[in-house]
Amino acid sequence: MTPTPVSVSQLPLRGVTLRTRRTLTAYSFLLIPLLFFVCIRIAPMIYAFAMSFTEQNESGFTLSNYQQLIHDGTFWRAALNTLLYVVITVPLQMAIGLCIALAVERVQSLRWFYRMVYFLPYITSTVAVSWVWRLMYDANTGLLNEVLSWFHIPPQGWLSSPSQALVSVSIVMIWQAAGFNMLILLAGLKAVPRHFYEAAQLDGAGKWNTFWRVTWPLLNPTIVFLAVTGVITALQTFTQIENLTASSGQEAGGPLHSTLSVVVYMYDSAFSNFNLQYASAIAVFLFLFILLVTVLQLRVLNKAYEY
Amino acid sequence: MKRKFDVVALTLHMVLWIGVVIVSLPFVWMLLSSVKSLPDFYTFSFFPHSIDWSGYLYVFQQTNYLRWYLNSLIVAVCVTTSGLVFDSLAGYALAKYKVPGVTAVFLLILSTLMIPTEMLVIPWYVMGSQLNWIDTFWGVMFPGMMEAFGVFLMRQFMLGVPNDLLDAARIDGLSEFKIWWRVAMPQVKLALSALGILTFLGNWNAYLWPVIATTTDPMRTLPVGISLYASADNGGIQWNTIMGMSTLAVIPIIIVFLVFQRRIVEGIALTGVKG
Repeated sequence: MTPTPVSVSQLPLRGVTLRTRRTLTAYSFLLIPLLFFVCIRIAPMIYAFAMSFTEQNESGFTLSNYQQLIHDGTFWRAALNTLLYVVITVPLQMAIGLCIALAVERVQSLRWFYRMVYFLPYITSTVAVSWVWRLMYDANTGLLNEVLSWFHIPPQGWLSSPSQALVSVSIVMIWQAAGFNMLILLAGLKAVPRHFYEAAQLDGAGKWNTFWRVTWPLLNPTIVFLAVTGVITALQTFTQIENLTASSGQEAGGPLHSTLSVVVYMYDSAFSNFNLQYASAIAVFLFLFILLVTVLQLRVLNKAYEY
Repeated sequence: MKRKFDVVALTLHMVLWIGVVIVSLPFVWMLLSSVKSLPDFYTFSFFPHSIDWSGYLYVFQQTNYLRWYLNSLIVAVCVTTSGLVFDSLAGYALAKYKVPGVTAVFLLILSTLMIPTEMLVIPWYVMGSQLNWIDTFWGVMFPGMMEAFGVFLMRQFMLGVPNDLLDAARIDGLSEFKIWWRVAMPQVKLALSALGILTFLGNWNAYLWPVIATTTDPMRTLPVGISLYASADNGGIQWNTIMGMSTLAVIPIIIVFLVFQRRIVEGIALTGVKG
């Protein structure tokens, strides 16, 4: 015979009510996490804000970092590039991921094999794969130009060409992220209840109609999730650029700043030019930008579908 | 009808196989390039002229590669352990104790999801410098000891643990701490393994903070070590050595992935859907 929870919670224990005891227990569990999030997340964020309004070796409030930022052509180039990374990679990696997911869902055999192979790039080290791609992109002896020559296409500059470098970096990002998109979309597809498809079939809906009227709206939460996380990741691009474009005597983001992203510029300002204050201003810009884009995206994408 | 179905499936298989080739090509290329000799890179060649192990020899004899490996392993294991313990402890408290202020704490932790790591690395660097944490294991690890996403995920799963189970344990006289550890934790094993895999992979591949937090070669983590070796001035890029390093870094992850394939894939899909 177990007593009901109500009778348990009414028992007074050592003079302290159970409610107080439970509160104390909860906060003793939460003490370390709470300290962590305040000291390692929230306080540093405030510190970054504060630092962006100061100048090196000078005390007092100043807007000079932001004034400098507004007139900094390199920074705006980096901001534009970052937007291009988002616009190029996110729709493509989602579209490719969706195509693979639909194909894998459709075929009856080898599903686990496809799922595994396509997902592999996502779990491997970005640094390692960036260097492999860099070798393949080599304008003189790289694999990609060799493959192009089979089809009588002239060799391309890839990472060494200011007009192609950004796209080349984007290809690596898409190659790595498409499998993740596929995986999440596959899970989303599995979650669509069978009877929706059966009903569509009974109504005589074609494949095309079934996809746009049933699958697509039901995938909406998955698409929103992938779009939001994809955009946030693309806005923070750093590792690929650093490893695809930096070498001795050449800073990351080249050639001619054509691949420079906001985070790479922030990193260089902070740790190559040692201007932590200016870098903080860039970080604040990035933070506000991510916030704005995320809120906008949730507004636009999060349509409520009624069933 | 039956025949038409087969044609569609066959076409899809063919397209998927083209994709498989594209996806696996860089891995094959990495493997092939790691056993080439340096002159093989002067002109294009698909296969090495002869298998040449000098890249690997250089990795083990002339660099701190094994040390970087060990560093990455130590960091990833410690951070993952800490993350699992504290994320689930916080998630449990937030899900199962309906006491004043808990919702506020939850929202506070959740709001930190909006802060990009990029914004925090400079303050962490300043903090680490002042506390002499830079270039230590603790310095690399401290920012990742807990994750807001992990807390959120564990809370979502802890909500599904039946209250009756916890109350039964209370009647049996288990302490609140033991109820969390012995009763609640086994109930969310699936989420724990998913979170553990994600945290481990994230830290194993982490680059931005480790490159800032380490300043001497023996303290580098694997990605940082490879990256800084590869982009340093070695009298021209030593492609075979770099590809050897990359291969050695990637192969164990691929093997682990093959072994736990189902679990990893399902875990990530699970967190993606819940998150």
